[in-house]
Amino acid sequence: MTQAEGYEVERQTIKGTPVKITSYQIGNIYYCHVANEDPGAVFVRCEGDSREQVLEAAIAKATERL
Amino acid sequence: MADYANPGVLVSTDWVDQHRNDANVRVVEVDVDTKAYEEGHVPGAIGWNWQTQLCDTVQRDIIKKEDLEQLLGNSGISDDTTVVLYGDNNNWFAAWALWQLKMYGHGDVRLMNGSRAKWLAEGREVTTEKATPGATAYTAKALDETERIKLAELLQSHNLDSTALVDVRSPDEFTGKILAPPGLPETCQRPGHIPGAQNIGWGTACNEDGTFKTFEELKSLYESKGVTADKNVVAYCRIGERSSLSWFVLKYLLGYPNVRNYDGSWTEWGNLVGAPIERGA
Repeated sequence: MTQAEGYEVERQTIKGTPVKITSYQIGNIYYCHVANEDPGAVFVRCEGDSREQVLEAAIAKATERL
Repeated sequence: MADYANPGVLVSTDWVDQHRNDANVRVVEVDVDTKAYEEGHVPGAIGWNWQTQLCDTVQRDIIKKEDLEQLLGNSGISDDTTVVLYGDNNNWFAAWALWQLKMYGHGDVRLMNGSRAKWLAEGREVTTEKATPGATAYTAKALDETERIKLAELLQSHNLDSTALVDVRSPDEFTGKILAPPGLPETCQRPGHIPGAQNIGWGTACNEDGTFKTFEELKSLYESKGVTADKNVVAYCRIGERSSLSWFVLKYLLGYPNVRNYDGSWTEWGNLVGAPIERGA
């Protein structure tokens, strides 16, 4: 058993689209999801070894997809 | 939660933590993002996939009775089990599951207030281990579609004074600026909304932490747009899932007597030849 740590949500606008970026750590894995602000559906998800790494990768993917 | 018309349909994250191992309680996660369960979930929770397990995968429809019986039986759920649903995005698809379980007559089904986000943010225990409950026999009741409205009836009733249509999509979908939100594939031929509908976004019923707003806040939210308890209220969105959360709020938290979910929603109406459509705010 473990728990989510460092649960953080931040809002940004990428290519004119407001998005919600959620990141947290479970065990040794960092997760980052990017969802459209409304309705909030996740369209990018990344996992990795550090928060910086997953945030960077997720924002890059979101920028590509939007 | 005590002020709601039916407070028993909601449980807190604390309650789930205390009761998740009770023999008569089964916790089930249903996410929009079907990979979320694998990252980590409430220990003991089953995961249901809305795309493959909570619908008819051949024709567009809700789950068939025999498939629901199999799903619930395989999830260790009996007719008298307390089912607690939760998921990502403010319980969006958890409410979709609840709507279907209610139509098949499951007695005790509830939502975890605050959803998956609150559980994670509170740093509660999670596991990646899939729950493997022993199978049980489940017998669903005959489908009761009182909570659902279909196209033929809505075409006849959408413009009546006694009908209050609630379009729960984003403002850009409602006004016709976009066909579908970024990243979502199901779309339609024409943008806009059903004439006379009020735009009350599904997410406006929730606080930042994912919990529902208070009874008074919700009452004011809907009544300010003319959606009152004396009306035949119909909630719709794009495919009927966001609107199942608004249906839940109107029916159970506010206690409106006549609320139905139009699961055909905009992907049906916006594709119809000759259906009346409005654009703009």
